[in-house]
Amino acid sequence: MTALAPVRRPLKARLGPSDLVFRGIARGGGALVLVIMAMVGGFLAYRAWQALHKAGFAFLTTQDWNPGAGTFGIAAIIVGTVLIALTAVAVALPLALGGALYISEYAPRAVQRTLISLIDLMAAVPSVVFGLWGWKLLQWRLIGLSRWISDWFGWIPIFKVNGVQRHDPLATATVYTSSTFMAGIVVALMVTPIACSIMREAFGQAPPGEREGAYALGATRWGMIRSVVLPFGKGAIIGGAMLGLGRALGETIAVVMIISPVFKIQPHILQNGTSSVSSLIALRYGESNPFSISALMAAGLTLFALTLAVNFAAASVVARSRSGAVSEV
Amino acid sequence: MTSLDTRDTRLTTAPPRTTIPVRTPPSGEQSRRRLGVLRTSDYLAVVGGLAAACTMTALLWTQFAPFTGILGYIITSWCLFVLIYGVLVSLDENRPTVRDRVAAVVVHSLGAVVLAALLWVIIYTIYKGWKALVHVNFYTQDMSSTGPLDPLTKGGIFHAILGTLIMVGIALAIAMPLGILGGIFLHEVPGPFSRFVRTVVDAMTALPDVVAGLFIYATLILMLGMGFSGFAAGTALAITALPIIMRATDVVLRLVPGSLTEASYALGSGQWRTVRSVVLPTARSGLATAVILGAARAVGETAPVLLTAGFTAAVNTDPFHSPMMSLPLFAYTSVQASEPNPIARGFGAAATLLILVLLLFAIARVIGGRGPGQLTRRQRRRRAAASQRDLKRYLARQAASAVEGGA
Repeated sequence: MTALAPVRRPLKARLGPSDLVFRGIARGGGALVLVIMAMVGGFLAYRAWQALHKAGFAFLTTQDWNPGAGTFGIAAIIVGTVLIALTAVAVALPLALGGALYISEYAPRAVQRTLISLIDLMAAVPSVVFGLWGWKLLQWRLIGLSRWISDWFGWIPIFKVNGVQRHDPLATATVYTSSTFMAGIVVALMVTPIACSIMREAFGQAPPGEREGAYALGATRWGMIRSVVLPFGKGAIIGGAMLGLGRALGETIAVVMIISPVFKIQPHILQNGTSSVSSLIALRYGESNPFSISALMAAGLTLFALTLAVNFAAASVVARSRSGAVSEV
Repeated sequence: MTSLDTRDTRLTTAPPRTTIPVRTPPSGEQSRRRLGVLRTSDYLAVVGGLAAACTMTALLWTQFAPFTGILGYIITSWCLFVLIYGVLVSLDENRPTVRDRVAAVVVHSLGAVVLAALLWVIIYTIYKGWKALVHVNFYTQDMSSTGPLDPLTKGGIFHAILGTLIMVGIALAIAMPLGILGGIFLHEVPGPFSRFVRTVVDAMTALPDVVAGLFIYATLILMLGMGFSGFAAGTALAITALPIIMRATDVVLRLVPGSLTEASYALGSGQWRTVRSVVLPTARSGLATAVILGAARAVGETAPVLLTAGFTAAVNTDPFHSPMMSLPLFAYTSVQASEPNPIARGFGAAATLLILVLLLFAIARVIGGRGPGQLTRRQRRRRAAASQRDLKRYLARQAASAVEGGA
């Protein structure tokens, strides 16, 4: 029992050579991913420079896509891309929220795991399968819905369909197919599982103490969900919807199969004809003229930047609402 | 030392401060109350609401208004059902209960819509492809000598299946080691750098597949002059699968119990040793699942393959030269024909692709069905046997040293 003041022992472990090598290699692996991501952006920018330099600011305002004649721009295709993605998220958000709430709150424990892997499976269904289904089957089934919306809500500009009379039973069905709405619905089914699994994960982490507190205070199940689960998962709901938006912006094959390309701004989402960046790339990549390829790279770069911005925002929203890094036993 | 001793004696001599209540056995029979049971009126409200909604809509459809279409019928009767159900419940419950019941109905139906859409997609694809799927030649022949008008008994997708397997193999050979290494980095070397990498990987998960294809098209094919090939497609697929494997690995490693790794550190092993002998073996099944999920994603990607693999009707096993066919691309190109047979083949290829993904998922489910550290019955038996052997060995050694000491 000496009267020495307690000295804080330095607790820094000196890493052995094997640990140093391990850390170095792991760090290298992490850095390599950054390098790949930077290379994707860098090479697209490098190849796109020629077209961007020539087009200048008109690249953002031109609607036509005709690089051979020198008039090309992304005004129409960006509007089309964003409209398809927004339609998709508007449809997918309630579906994903309902699905996530069902799995985490209502489903019997016995089938919960099965349902989770079914949702994961839905995320892995190839986009060409969704595209086939939407193109050959779903859009013909949805014509009635399209027509009904345009008949009754046609006074809202985006639901207007040009070229048909209201309540005209003889109107051709093809006016309503291959539209932004149809593409949006199919893409919605593809982004639903992604948003759904993020929301479900967050709902499952809602603190059990607070849940039981709500029940003890006499809340019904829905009352508990509204006062505990939904506020707790708010960040994940927003983040999941945004991740879905990022995914919807880049969806390619399903969109290519459904829409019929039109290179002018098409604000009427129920009407035949729209366009998107990814479908433009998929349809025109075979052009032999280097300048056309450069223009396509510029379009790809725009899509890359757009999805990256949306995803970064979404990731930061989700990350802020995440909790618990390591599970303890 | 002395202070400890005195405390010990005080503890043993002090009278106990807590008293244990004497338990009296319950008198009479006890039965467990069932909570959350459904009453007859709950069933009746659902059934009655459904019946009323369906018949009312039928009346509306056939007698009052010129409505047509099965989709409209379903939507209208669902809306009516929610309304009628709410009214029925409100007859003998209070407001919060009504809200709870209506919300339950809405959530259940939204969940059902998601599952129904998934089942509808799967069943429709297999149903439409069935005509092609039943022929054996569909799996054993290629399309090099088959025209669009030939019957389904001629030609097949062997070249596309082979191409898909080769491309996914190349993609996994690149993405698996990198992805697992990256995942280990995210989990084992925390800090601002790894947090930044995690954000980038999160963003990369949703990198448009067509952009990955375009990147490989710009570099390997246009700059290096490689030409359309299976290797180019494999690298493009690797870029799409890499972030998925990496994120899944990170999540799986997070599930390894902290007590296991801490026990390893406490025994004096370093980080590399702990990762190699404790973390990775514990998470083995989860890692396999992560890789399979990445593979399932890579199998189904069409856009990168479209941009980088080219199109061919013949079998090509050389991934470095000349185009190579793949299943999604075959489905995409075939269904654009106007004759019925190529369309059936396209659906057949899509169904094959879907079955391949289902299969990968089933494998992932079987391997990754249990959490890390949880053992099967056989593994548990094997561990018990090993510890019995260890015990015997120790006893034998003790006996031997005792004999030596005695001698």
